[in-house]
Amino acid sequence: MRFVTVAGPPSSGKTSVILRAIEHLRQRELQTGVIKFDCLSSSDADTYQRAGVISKVGLAGSLCPDHFFITNVDQAVQWGKRQGLDLLISESAGLCNRCSPHVKKVLAVCVIDNLSGIGTPEKIGPMLRLADVVVVTKGDIVSQAEREVFAARIREVNRLATVIAVNGITGQGAFALSRLLADAAEVDSLQGDYLRFSLPSALCSYCIGQTRIDETFQAGNLRRIRFDD
Amino acid sequence: MTDQLSPQLAEELLVNRSVAALLGEYPYLENYFDAIRLETLDTSISVAELLADYPEEYFTDYGLTKTGFAEVLVGFVERMLSQPPDELAQVATITVKPGCDKAGRPESCGLTMRAGEVTCIVGPTGAGKSRLLEDIESLAQGDTPTGRTVLVNGAAPSDEQRYDLGHRLVAQLTQNMNFVIDLPVGEFIELHARSRGIAEPAKMAAEVVACANTLAGERIAAATPLTQLSGGQSRAVMIADTALLSASPIVLIDEIENAGIDRHQALSLLVGRDKIVLMSTHDPVLALLGDRRVVIRNGGIMSVLETSEAERANLEFLTALDDRLAGLRAAIRAGERLDSDLPSMLGMTF
Repeated sequence: MRFVTVAGPPSSGKTSVILRAIEHLRQRELQTGVIKFDCLSSSDADTYQRAGVISKVGLAGSLCPDHFFITNVDQAVQWGKRQGLDLLISESAGLCNRCSPHVKKVLAVCVIDNLSGIGTPEKIGPMLRLADVVVVTKGDIVSQAEREVFAARIREVNRLATVIAVNGITGQGAFALSRLLADAAEVDSLQGDYLRFSLPSALCSYCIGQTRIDETFQAGNLRRIRFDD
Repeated sequence: MTDQLSPQLAEELLVNRSVAALLGEYPYLENYFDAIRLETLDTSISVAELLADYPEEYFTDYGLTKTGFAEVLVGFVERMLSQPPDELAQVATITVKPGCDKAGRPESCGLTMRAGEVTCIVGPTGAGKSRLLEDIESLAQGDTPTGRTVLVNGAAPSDEQRYDLGHRLVAQLTQNMNFVIDLPVGEFIELHARSRGIAEPAKMAAEVVACANTLAGERIAAATPLTQLSGGQSRAVMIADTALLSASPIVLIDEIENAGIDRHQALSLLVGRDKIVLMSTHDPVLALLGDRRVVIRNGGIMSVLETSEAERANLEFLTALDDRLAGLRAAIRAGERLDSDLPSMLGMTF
């Protein structure tokens, strides 16, 4: 089974882009499924179901979404294989811009949108920097000039990626993306593979349920801002 | 994920000069250094020294690694040096070889578009304009739903070209597009020029604004915020910027509204810059200004009409009529009455 990680900031258009690409993958008779990693709730399962796509949602709840992702991703791959999929797409939101679910031997896609502002490519971090394919959405509502500056900024942080503009509404550009997805590497298991970049680190009293604001209750991996007035 | 970088260039950039000198020579690297908070760094030392002075964690905090930072920096400069920004402009022809319509029936004809020509696309909404555009953008090789093949300068593009050229081939200007960035016109155009590696961004910005002013009815000042421009002004800036600054050899225009902008001038500007202009329009004046019209039905090209002599002759009349209507619009705007004998003024009888 082929496997791809798709990541991007919330509301950047990941689900629309994936659905548009699946339309083309169907024509190639590739059975494609989606594992969606989300935080508190997700209506994407319904969206995928309506489109007749085999899907599964995993909710991180109170856990760090990235740590949740990496501890579940190989199981998701095994689930995809049991479903008889030709291609499994993992969809996850990069919530803190420091997130990056990309795995070394797995095709990595990052979805970002033109409306997020030209400073965004610098801010996003490894989720964008280490992606193999960058999909840029919402180009139909901003000027050509802004699209070009945005694309140039993406190049500045990730010169090797293939950059594709996809319109999530008309589907323009989704064909090019579907070709890349269809060529993703086959995986049997992710055991022994590595993340492309370490996950945000944490282990402080708040990670395990502390809610009180009080220095004496703050322990573990902490960092404080230096206010040198 | 890795490719061969020139070790000589790496040494030049990382060891042989200070960060300040590097930024003086390659101003577009500034954004790149901003990612690690340029304003806090000592720029009198080289990148190699900088990397040695800071712990790995400093880079990890910004989502980077030391080696990754250096590699991407060298690769980025190498790319800018090896790919002159205007390389894309050398597309002289785009040929679309026929495929099938939505019902799978073969198309009756293909299409060749040349630099400096205007091709209009006509047909009802949903007829298949975006299918045609996607074929051009993805440089289709018989593998898209239409089965069309697209040739660049008469030849099939390589796989690499398909991805490299693909998304930068077509610049689009549609009525839904707006400027969303909160910057003055001049400043933003400078930013665009800098991202293209243009030597004198400020001069280029002044040129674009001057050019936009030849198109717009109301004067545009470089200091006006983009988001405060009127519809016509905004369209004028978009067209001038696309003509002068966009690397894309093909420009797709979705109907230019007949308000606040000189449409004739706008088209001549783009054609004069040797762009391949594709215009979706049902306006008779614009359609006859084109060299040909592609008629689209049910996802396929039904026919291609070259603009005839008789049509060109009618264009003069239509333009005169259009100008008079524009005069009436100006009169309404000025608060005047339209109570003169309009049929005789417009040369019509009922």
